[in-house]
Amino acid sequence: MRISNLINVITGLGRFGLGFLQRLGRSVLFLLRTLAACSVLFARPGLIVRQLYAVGVLTVLIIVVAGLFVGMVLGLQGYNILVRFNSEASLGVMVGLSLVRELGPVVTALLFAGRAGSALTAEIGLMKATEQLSGMEMMAVDPYKRVLAPRLIAGFISMPILAAMFSCVGVLGGYFVGVGLLGVDAGAYWSQMQNSVDLWDDVLNGMIKSIVFGFIATWIAVFEGYDSVPTSEGVSMATTRSVVSASLVVLAANFLLTALMLGEE
Amino acid sequence: MKSRTLEIWVGLFVAAGIGAVFMLAMKVSNLSSLNTGDGYLLKASFENIGGLKVRSPITASGVRVGQVAGISYNSDTYQAEVTLRISPEFDRFPSDSSASIFTAGLLGEQYIGLEPGAEEEYLQNGDTITLTESAVVLERLIGQFLYSKAAGE
Repeated sequence: MRISNLINVITGLGRFGLGFLQRLGRSVLFLLRTLAACSVLFARPGLIVRQLYAVGVLTVLIIVVAGLFVGMVLGLQGYNILVRFNSEASLGVMVGLSLVRELGPVVTALLFAGRAGSALTAEIGLMKATEQLSGMEMMAVDPYKRVLAPRLIAGFISMPILAAMFSCVGVLGGYFVGVGLLGVDAGAYWSQMQNSVDLWDDVLNGMIKSIVFGFIATWIAVFEGYDSVPTSEGVSMATTRSVVSASLVVLAANFLLTALMLGEE
Repeated sequence: MKSRTLEIWVGLFVAAGIGAVFMLAMKVSNLSSLNTGDGYLLKASFENIGGLKVRSPITASGVRVGQVAGISYNSDTYQAEVTLRISPEFDRFPSDSSASIFTAGLLGEQYIGLEPGAEEEYLQNGDTITLTESAVVLERLIGQFLYSKAAGE
């Protein structure tokens, strides 16, 4: 009896592992097929515009508000720590570096997965559940070209733009709190930041990160939607999974990228 | 929504993104301050450079005039050789000027302070600053203090 329990556990583990590998393989094949379908966008760029609006423009508000508050918290928190060492003039360095290198890309990616990624998954999942995708195939319209490719590319384009906005607004938020409320010297805030933040090492690495995160988050969102079980329950599960796994993969990838980027200096 | 409004919004979005990248480059990072390309090079040898790094600032009377372009170790003289890149507009440092390594604040970063001399000739590209003063190493200072304290008793 106990041995059969054990065997059941092992079988379950094996099934889980194989299922995971199968999903991974399917997602890679899906990505390749969608990327191959992207050539249609050169012929019909109008398809992207609508998706850029849904994925990018509608996400701006949450990104800007979150960036402002994250920057303000960084300013407040950084000031309270730095003032103990009498070096509150370095506030700009702290706010700038932590936003540009880490918080900007990561928090933007998490919010992006929550705001845009979940919407993408739900929309595509619902299209699948209501058999709109099969309907398109019936009419000889390739859903990869008409539905999936524009969404994927719109996500890739939007994410770096949103991350740059986040960092900018965050730096301004830190400025408002640090200089406006707490009395850090405005010149010191900007000049120390400019002395320490390097365009190539910091800003460019942050951009690379946001591009990678945008790729990951959008890929997962579109794939989960396309791969969802075509029922209302399946769509809800796919949406949850999309946000959860995108967030986890982004955080793990962030660690890898940070280790790579710090290592190369 | 009409396709025209949609396009305007997306255009605004992309423009705001470019603006944000532009601001990150100009306002947040060091692009607008001294760019590394121009300026003339000076050399200076130090016994000890402490925590000086490449791109550390060089100041004269507290005003930033350049940055450290390179640091290497000379195994013949057993000294650190620092290459200083001075902006072209500050081209009138007398040839007997001295360079010292200071620390900004108690825990701040280290920088090179230039002290103009009195010679008539000015430093040219490739010249060496002979008068140098090393970084103050806190541990050595404390050691000396303890040693003199013990010797005094």
